[in-house]
Amino acid sequence: MDFAIVLQVLDGALRLMTPLLFACLAGLYSERAGIFDIGLEGKMLMAGFAAAAVAAVTGNVWLGLVAGIGASVALALLHGLASITFRGNQLISGVAVNFLAAGLTVLLGQRLFQLGGRTPSLGGEARFGPVTLPFAETLRDVPVLGPIYAELISGHTVLVYLALACVPLTWWVLFRTRFGLRLRAVGENPASVDTAGVSVTRLRYQAVIICGILCGLAGAYLSTALAAGFVRDMTAGRGYIALAALIFAKWRPAHALFATFLFGLMEAIANRFPNIDIGPITVPSMFMNALPYILTVIILAGFVGRAIPPRAGGEPYVKER
Amino acid sequence: MSLTKSMLAGTAALIAAPMMAFADPALIFDLGGKFDKSFNEAAYRGAERWKAETGGSYKELEMQSEAQREQALRRLAETGANPIVMTGFAFGEVLTKLAGDYPETKFVIIDTVVEAPNVQSVVFTEEQGSYVAGVMAAMASQTGTVGFIGGMDIPLIHKFECGYVQGVKATRPDARVIVNYTGTTPAAWNDPVKGGELTRAQKSSGADVIYAAAGGTGIGVLQAAADEGILSIGVDRQPERAASGQGPDLDGKGRGQCRLRSLYRRRRHRRGHARHGSGRRRRQRFDG
Repeated sequence: MDFAIVLQVLDGALRLMTPLLFACLAGLYSERAGIFDIGLEGKMLMAGFAAAAVAAVTGNVWLGLVAGIGASVALALLHGLASITFRGNQLISGVAVNFLAAGLTVLLGQRLFQLGGRTPSLGGEARFGPVTLPFAETLRDVPVLGPIYAELISGHTVLVYLALACVPLTWWVLFRTRFGLRLRAVGENPASVDTAGVSVTRLRYQAVIICGILCGLAGAYLSTALAAGFVRDMTAGRGYIALAALIFAKWRPAHALFATFLFGLMEAIANRFPNIDIGPITVPSMFMNALPYILTVIILAGFVGRAIPPRAGGEPYVKER
Repeated sequence: MSLTKSMLAGTAALIAAPMMAFADPALIFDLGGKFDKSFNEAAYRGAERWKAETGGSYKELEMQSEAQREQALRRLAETGANPIVMTGFAFGEVLTKLAGDYPETKFVIIDTVVEAPNVQSVVFTEEQGSYVAGVMAAMASQTGTVGFIGGMDIPLIHKFECGYVQGVKATRPDARVIVNYTGTTPAAWNDPVKGGELTRAQKSSGADVIYAAAGGTGIGVLQAAADEGILSIGVDRQPERAASGQGPDLDGKGRGQCRLRSLYRRRRHRRGHARHGSGRRRRQRFDG
């Protein structure tokens, strides 16, 4: 296989893993704090819509990003309200968020733009453009490392670098700060946190808000960086893939990077080589497209060892029974 | 089934059931939604125009999920709506089952053929328009490699692909056509991100003209093609200018003035199983 082709596939993988990585880290914060969140998909969708809509109206992608994060945080708070304050079932609340986002985006989109739930196409300042890293062009001719730097590392949107930066940042926050220790504790044993005089409710709300911010980035990336505008149901199940990646990653940031990269790579390979010829047999494109899902099933069936979720996950915290 | 016969059947039905005389026509939109910038929207605009011209009214229903089909169709038929028009091949199976139960109701189905006396099937010759697109793609291509991106992997979209590939091969026998499908579920119609990725992947394989027959996914294809500075062809609707105008301008990349835009589907009506009828309307635009 050609070196250039490998680079192109890896380049595609990097683009495709970014929304997954944001969403996966979002779920990581939430679930580490004991709030299961299957509403990642809905929050991404809402954020994608809000980001594209505001960017289309104002012509400024940064305002769009802020709006996307705002919309996603609003849904996250709704989820928090239902599952933390009112101690509702977190799965049901998450499903409700997904349904709400799926319907609301189309309704608002149709109301605002009369384009059948999609936003106008974005261009120029209303979209995240590629960032060319310094010396990318001058170093291009350096053998091996030059093309890697110029093709693979340089030329992505700023959100891609932000997503990658979020991985060590998340590790540092969770495992090296007091806040992170408490956050993890609240997901494992909220009673002990409560005994120590720290508010469980407050911590869980903080986790849910961080989750909202990261989902907002994921959604905004989809609609204003990868695509140019919002289209109905454009997340296309990426929130669920991110959840699968989270379990695969065993709720660890570095593993999350690896897991989402693997999913991104699978998709990039399937895109680049719709049919793969291996001697007498041709692997059909359906198989390549299904590979991420097959992989998910194999992984979730326990192939990579036991994935133990945070112990208090899914349980609303009740002070006294 | 001839027209007279079906009209006779219709008249007989009217006499048999006087309440039917005041029945409203009904229109069922498929999962793409009423405003899909494609055939659902075309149906909606047609119905609105009929309403404005005749002052009549019609019932409408937008499908929300695959599971609703039979229920929705039955409900409309029970309320006496006549005729009932449904857009989309996916109704084929349900209608085959159901048409016999409501012999006095007339049905119209688009994009597939249902063999029943009270059903009019409307199908199109997608392959012919696509053939023309293929010829244009082959002529515009400089690398000798062109691409096709389909939405959901179904026979209907294979007709687009087939015509396109034929057109390319007829013009340039040595040309290579890269074919991708977005997916095998209805979600494949609404995934512009994947459409864009497929476009970039095809471009890195050498394609410099890409034809998209992929619904909402096609928006991503046209956009990514504009970003990458290559040509693209869309179907069914007038792609917004943004896809070729606001992005990096194709002309600015030294690619000459050639800009392929949109290609309307040629339509052919098909009544019963008699294969006849000529092209009703055929519009193409070849800008620049």
